[in-house]
Amino acid sequence: MLTGVSMSRKELKSEFGDVTATETGLRRFLHGLPGVDPVGLETRAAALGTRSIKTTAKAYALDLAISMIDLTTLEGSDTAGKVRALGAKAVLPDPSDRSTPQTAAVCVYPDMVATAKAAVAGSPVKVASVATGFPAGRVTLDVKLADTREAVAAGADEIDMVIDRGAFLAGNYGKVHEEITAVKEAAGDARLKVIFETGELSTYDNIRRASWLSMLAGADFIKTSTGKVGVNATPANTLLMLQAVRDFRDRTGVQIGVKPAGGIRTAKDAVKFLVLVNETAGPDWLDSHWFRFGASSLLGDLLMQRQKLRTGRYSGPDYVTVD
Amino acid sequence: MAEMSETTSGAAKDAFGGPFLYAPAPESRAVVDLAPSYGLFIDGEFTEAADGQVFKTLSPSTEEVLSEVARAGAEDVDRAVKAARRAFGPWSALPGAERAKYLFRIARIIQERSRELAVLETLDNGKPIKETRDSDLPLVAAHFFYYAGWADKLAHAGFGPDPRPLGVAAQVIPWNFPLLMLAWKIAPALAAGNTVVLKPAETTPLSALFFADICRSAGLPKGVVNILPGYGDAGAALTAHPDVDKVAFTGSTAVGKEIARTVAGTRKKLTLELGGKGANIVFDDAPLDQAVEGIVSGIFFNQGQVCCAGSRLLVQESVAEEVVDALKRRLTTLRLGDPLDKNTDIGAINSAEQLARITELTDAGEAEGAERWSAPCELPSTGHWFAPTVFTQVTQAHRIAREEIFGPVLSVLTFRTPAEAVAKANNTPYGLSAGIWSEKGSRILAVAEKLRAGVVWANSFNKFDPTSPFGGYKESGHGREGGRHGLEAYLDVR
Repeated sequence: MLTGVSMSRKELKSEFGDVTATETGLRRFLHGLPGVDPVGLETRAAALGTRSIKTTAKAYALDLAISMIDLTTLEGSDTAGKVRALGAKAVLPDPSDRSTPQTAAVCVYPDMVATAKAAVAGSPVKVASVATGFPAGRVTLDVKLADTREAVAAGADEIDMVIDRGAFLAGNYGKVHEEITAVKEAAGDARLKVIFETGELSTYDNIRRASWLSMLAGADFIKTSTGKVGVNATPANTLLMLQAVRDFRDRTGVQIGVKPAGGIRTAKDAVKFLVLVNETAGPDWLDSHWFRFGASSLLGDLLMQRQKLRTGRYSGPDYVTVD
Repeated sequence: MAEMSETTSGAAKDAFGGPFLYAPAPESRAVVDLAPSYGLFIDGEFTEAADGQVFKTLSPSTEEVLSEVARAGAEDVDRAVKAARRAFGPWSALPGAERAKYLFRIARIIQERSRELAVLETLDNGKPIKETRDSDLPLVAAHFFYYAGWADKLAHAGFGPDPRPLGVAAQVIPWNFPLLMLAWKIAPALAAGNTVVLKPAETTPLSALFFADICRSAGLPKGVVNILPGYGDAGAALTAHPDVDKVAFTGSTAVGKEIARTVAGTRKKLTLELGGKGANIVFDDAPLDQAVEGIVSGIFFNQGQVCCAGSRLLVQESVAEEVVDALKRRLTTLRLGDPLDKNTDIGAINSAEQLARITELTDAGEAEGAERWSAPCELPSTGHWFAPTVFTQVTQAHRIAREEIFGPVLSVLTFRTPAEAVAKANNTPYGLSAGIWSEKGSRILAVAEKLRAGVVWANSFNKFDPTSPFGGYKESGHGREGGRHGLEAYLDVR
């Protein structure tokens, strides 16, 4: 354990050099990680879901959740108008209550980065861009890198890349590692979120392996899903990833963020995820720099619950802006 | 930290000390209407004790008096056994489907009143509302539903074409799961056609008395269920009563032995569910994060006051340090305090007497050279409390490795090979439960086969289900409760 001492990227490389240098080394390391018992993992996630978060704790959690949102629109039908509205909402989520925190970021396709950047200009709200042939990632590495560079050039502060699930499932961990490393380099100063598409990786063992693989390859954040498949973020897969970042920091001193995305729609769910963060990775992750929600409709419910807590009344969906 | 001083008592126990302080979330006690006094339940009526004796039942977390309860003596025992005997003829003559109707009705009323009963049990026992709500009460209802289903299918249970009930069952239950132990005893007894006299523990009589009320609401014929709150003398008189056909006891091994001596040479059929010193065996190929959770639920569920608790952790030496470190980190997140708070993980110890026993044994552990570590948590100033505690450097010779502590205390021992794990796990006079943690199926099966324990959990611990038989080897008792096997104890299968 090296708690308190943070390794530089270079030191990380030498600590795990024998692991990441070869395909065999990577496989041996990833398959040597402790297995995950699905029943036990899901039981723990469900048990934490029964925490009762009331009054002051709820107020804290709702505000924290709002501040952690990557307000997202990733549709073929996205227009500049839609993205501008999203940016405006991120900057001023609740015009009726200016004490409402701003969201962490807006998350858009690369061609909308410039529009999004302009929409949040002058605010601390970041612009995140999906890249690397999101959501399937079935393009060549050159295209992925070009996609990334364009997003960064247009002003993206953060890049949400997808891994090559085909390569991962075929056991070609070296290829996945190489791509993440290359994208990280192309992303430059932008923070890199690595999306596993947990619904396609299917097993918890795979999610644990993908977490370590990505963290070793230079991910700043590990992220569950694209939101484009049947199973997205769940309490159990997020809990597992929180264990991974906790263990990674214990071992290297390097802290990595976690972003569950897709399927988190209610304030109640969001609060449950924050309990997972608090009781698994610990309070150091209770910050938008280290934990995000990838969501489009979650913000509306958080705002309604926030209004309810402040006024004692439910105002109804017409009293929060639709976008 | 600055935040710590500003917090309310519940939140101040947040060992993280982080910014996310859970505000108190108490379950309302208004759902329970507690009377100032309760009687014995004999022949369908609440009555005073013949000698007029009463005792007080306290809340273990606040030491406040909850109610005053009639204390059964020998004369009351005789009255109750006579009532049960009178009721036995008509009750056992009912078609099984008719008995099932009563049991289903009882099960449904328990579900309907589960919130009230959960709060009541938490008040009287001291265990967290989280457990009574999510564990005790659902299992209680499930047990009645399950055995209700058997009542008209006894001919298909594997005990002959027309198995007969035994008669009057004398049942003595402990304080750790008051209502659940009642369900384990009463549901199969009634399904099989017996009538019962049950004595709850002196520190937790209330839920059994509320159950008596449920029997009345369900229209259960008089005398089929009799409840006698009282002390050990009432239990002794009950098990020794000559007109009792069956004795079922759950509790300490010492009392179990006494009962066995009392019953020896009589026609009475006996089942005993006694103490344990369960081994939780963690191999180096275990799913470690889940194993840590299993260790926690194995020994800290119900403050460790569980006969089948995994009170000995046997961990393979190659991962021992990693597992113990992870366990300690996890234990710092346990929230100890007001049992009625929905976020409480660790409640109160049931009685001053039990707390004294835990304290005595843990002191002996330290004196004998084991290394003690307790989770950093503030203990409330009133009531009976004990912080979750882990002993490392424990050897087989230490008292804390051999004697049942019945508290939130884990003894950690290490092993090198599967054979050594099995030898150490079996090296105890008890044999109630064990757990095996490994991702390797063949190892689990090979080890499970060699463990002399009534229940062996694989990659889990303290999981209960009415369909699964439960019981012990060696000094952990004999006979099985639960499942088809549990019917045998209440049927004449000679």
